[in-house]
Order: sequence, then structure tokens, then C-alpha cells
Amino acid sequence: MKVLVPVKRVIDYNVKVRVKPDNTGVDLANVKMSMNPFCEIAVEEAVRLKEKGVATEVVVVSIGPQQAQETIRTALAMGADRGILIQSETDIEPLGIAKLLAAVVAEEGPSMVLMGKQAIDGDNNATGQMLAALLGWPQATFASEVAVDGASASVTREVDGGLQTLSVALPAVVTADLRLNEPRFASLPNIMKAKKKPIDMKTTADYGVDVAPRLTVLKVTEPPKRSAGIKVEDAATLVAKLKEAGVI
Amino acid sequence: MAVLVVAEHDGASVKDATNKTVTAALALSGDVDVLVAGSGAAGAAAAAGAIAGVRRVLHADGAALGHGVAEAVEAAVVPLMAGYDAVLFAATAGGKNIAPRIAARLDVSPISEIIEVIDGNTFVRPIYAGNALETIQTSDAKKVITVRTTAFAAAGAGGSAPVEAVAAADAAASAQFVKEEMVKSDRPELAGAKRVVSGGRAVGSAEEFNAVIEPLADRLGAAVGASRAAVDAGYAPNDYQVGQTGKVVAPELYVAVGISGAIQHLAGMKDSKIIVAINKDADAPIFQVADFGLVADYKTAVPELMAALG
Repeated sequence: MKVLVPVKRVIDYNVKVRVKPDNTGVDLANVKMSMNPFCEIAVEEAVRLKEKGVATEVVVVSIGPQQAQETIRTALAMGADRGILIQSETDIEPLGIAKLLAAVVAEEGPSMVLMGKQAIDGDNNATGQMLAALLGWPQATFASEVAVDGASASVTREVDGGLQTLSVALPAVVTADLRLNEPRFASLPNIMKAKKKPIDMKTTADYGVDVAPRLTVLKVTEPPKRSAGIKVEDAATLVAKLKEAGVI
Repeated sequence: MAVLVVAEHDGASVKDATNKTVTAALALSGDVDVLVAGSGAAGAAAAAGAIAGVRRVLHADGAALGHGVAEAVEAAVVPLMAGYDAVLFAATAGGKNIAPRIAARLDVSPISEIIEVIDGNTFVRPIYAGNALETIQTSDAKKVITVRTTAFAAAGAGGSAPVEAVAAADAAASAQFVKEEMVKSDRPELAGAKRVVSGGRAVGSAEEFNAVIEPLADRLGAAVGASRAAVDAGYAPNDYQVGQTGKVVAPELYVAVGISGAIQHLAGMKDSKIIVAINKDADAPIFQVADFGLVADYKTAVPELMAALG
């Protein structure tokens, strides 16, 4: 079966995000960018499915600027077979992304779309669910275990307070949570090999879907700053302070 | 404007997250209805009717709705949306799973995890794990919104809304519930706990984590959390993780033990009311956000704290 893995290029999760002084967004100039951590987990899972002989081909797709090619190369170095870059210089909302991905699914015909549960920039946690709804496919979000069994997949999901297992008929959309796996680091030979793997270059116009924004960002601001409090001498003083604050 | 809140419930009662979502809904409109979709959830429907400010409760009862499977809840909610201008869910695992599906079916851009309602079209929500806040305005006629529950007070009791039965959806054959394994613990659930005790990499081992962090949590009636570093090192299970890639918490009391305070951890707990940091490194970044810092080795400080708590 073919697995499609959408990946997103985002600000590296270890970088301190700074809001632009004019409040139009966050400063992305000269900032380290990486593959969204949840997308990395999805790529890893898809590659493992291939290594187990369950998946026959792993195709990664990214929607973003020219530089998102690097993100696709990272996925190819981890073991994906080929890439598709849909170039867009503007930010597209999850609804538009889901529509583009639905168009890619129509062309590629995968049995599973395996993707991160959320991107750590917009923090929407929406694209996978929206793609499933647009395709009329079942979904299994926040996956911590995926087992493909013929025409269906058994997916263990992280829900509040525990785990839930769903059986979804394929094709389906599965979104990855943190515990699904630990992504590998690509080896140097694999990074070299990835340079030769094909990336199909597209633009949003090639798919003829409406990606016009519905939301206007009026401003982006710093959250209220927390100031450092006091240092206490010992545990007894700490307990006294907590009692004073009324939290114990 | 009429607003529908989709309740989170256990069949017999509604979760506190729903009361908080009702508060957000009431900031949009006085006409707030609550949908209780479930299997044999009449108790929860009655409980929803008792939330102050609720106009009426819609009760969809069907076997397929028993486990909150997204496809089944979607089928129950979408037909109702002809009569509503907005639908709100708590931004819990359950709400986040379903809301975007409904948005896609209605062809609207969902608005995730709002922390403030400015007006009927304008909302504030955290991005970059809370390191920035965006104020966004939607042009969609219908709104699909999830609500970060730590940002809203719970609507109280005292309501007496009528309960009306609505059609239950057919079983969603393509996604079947198989089983559920809920963590059996006397501790509160991490995401909604009033107190949280978290351990970091300095704790050094899973045994130490069990021997030091957990008893302190139990003494305080707190949930247990961990930094990503502690989780990556295998000291604590992944569902304990507090931070950008784990859970975002905002308890009344957050106690960070042996946690240095990496950006990604701070993103998950900096909205806590009172933060206590115990760390032997006086320069650890965690002290920059802590209300009360104790510069000490946790090995001596935690037992002393337990003793001082009596």
C-alpha cells in the first residue's frame, strides 16, 4: 500500500520565538527552521511500515516556500521514496491545506495518510481531521500505536485520561502523537542518497482549489510576561509562603 | 446569534470543561444550547440543563455515540448546524478530534483554542505554544471554535433548561470503537488538575521519580508531570509530559522539581497561578518564571518539604 505523509517546515522547537515589534507576526528572519516534530514522527512511522513490508511506497508532500524542499529532503533521508512540493509564498489556513491535500490524495491514491497531529507554529491541530472529513474517510487522531491488518488499521489513540483503540477501514487518515515512535537521525549515506530522490515541483494553482484565507490576523502580541518572584531560604519558608498565597 | 456547545460527559455527568466552554459561549450570545450526544446519557443531559445560562439541552441518544467516535458525533452535529451560528467544543482530546471535521463539512476555517472572545467574529488564541498570542477575525458566517478551558471560569449551577431529544446519527461503519484503557489512578488528570508536581532530568532515574516526585504529588493531591528531558530519558511515561510537545497545564500550583526550564517546558506551564521551582542550579531559567524558588538539591529539599507540609 502507498502511504502519503504531509510534512511542514516550521521554526525549530528549541528556538525562542520573538514577536515582531510591529505586531504583525513572529520574527522568522535568520531563525533555524526544521521539520515539525509531529511530522517527523509521522515520517518515521511510515518508513517503519515500509520496512515491515506493509507499505510499498512512502510519498511526502509539503506545502510552503521553496525552502520546504529541505524538509522534504530530510524525510527522503529518513527513508521516504519521493516528494511533492506545492509552492506557496503565503500562509495557507488548515482548511486550504486540507483541500490541497485532498487533491493530492485524488492523484496519488494512497491507502493511508499519516501526518502529525499538529504543527508547532499555528498549533491548530486541525488539518488531519479536516482532510478526513473532506475525503469522507475515517480518522484516527493522536495515534500512539498503528497496526495495519489487511483492509483496516488498529490505532491506539491518546485521549484524556488514557488510551482508546479504534479500528478504521482503509483508506484512512492517521495523525501521530508523541509516543508513536522516536524518529531516527538520517545517516550521512542516506542523506547523500536522498539528494538523488525525485521531488515533483508544483504550485497551488496546479490543483485548482480555493485556498483563500477566511481569517485575518489583526495583531500578534507577546503574552503577558511573568516576572521572577522571590527565592526562599528553606522548605519551611516555602510552605509558609504557599499557605499565605492560599494554594495549599 | 445562537450558539451550540457540544458537551463532554461520562454519561452521568458533564465534565467541568463543558461548564467552561459554556462561559465562552455566553460571551458570544445569550442563546446557548448544549448538545449531549451519547449512549444512555440522560444523566449527563439533565446535568447539562443545570448549568447556569443554558437555554436548552439537545440530547442525541444512540449506540454509535457511546464513545465519542468523531464520525458519529459529526453526523449528529452537522444537521443541527442549520439552526446555529457557532458551535463550540472544549479543546480537549475529544473536542479537538471532532471540531475540525465539522468545520470541513461546513466549509469554514476552524478557530482552535481560543482564550478570549473579543466580539462575535474576533478571538484571541495562543500560537507557538503560547509564546505569542494572535487576535484573529473570521469572515465565515458560521464559526467552529475550540476553547482552551484554562482561560475561562466554569459556568455555575442553577440552570433549569429543558431537555429535548434530537435524532441520533447512524453508526459510522468505517471507524469502530474497539476498547478503552483509562489510567486508574487516584490522582487528578494532568490536563485539568488544580495542582501539579513535575520532575525533570535532574531526578536521575525512574526509581527516583517514583520515590520522590510521586509521594510529593500525593501529599499535595496533585497530578504528576514531567519535563520532556525526563520523558526522553525514560524516567516518566510520555503522557506525563508538560510542554510544547506535551500537555499545556495551568494549575493553581505548579511545583517544578529538578527542571531547568527549557523554552519548550515553560510553554506548557507558564500560565500556572503559582509556580514553585526547586533546583540546585541558582541560574536555571525556571527561576525566572517561578514565584517561589528554592535553590537546593531536590534530594534534601523534597523530604524537608514533605516534613514541613506535616
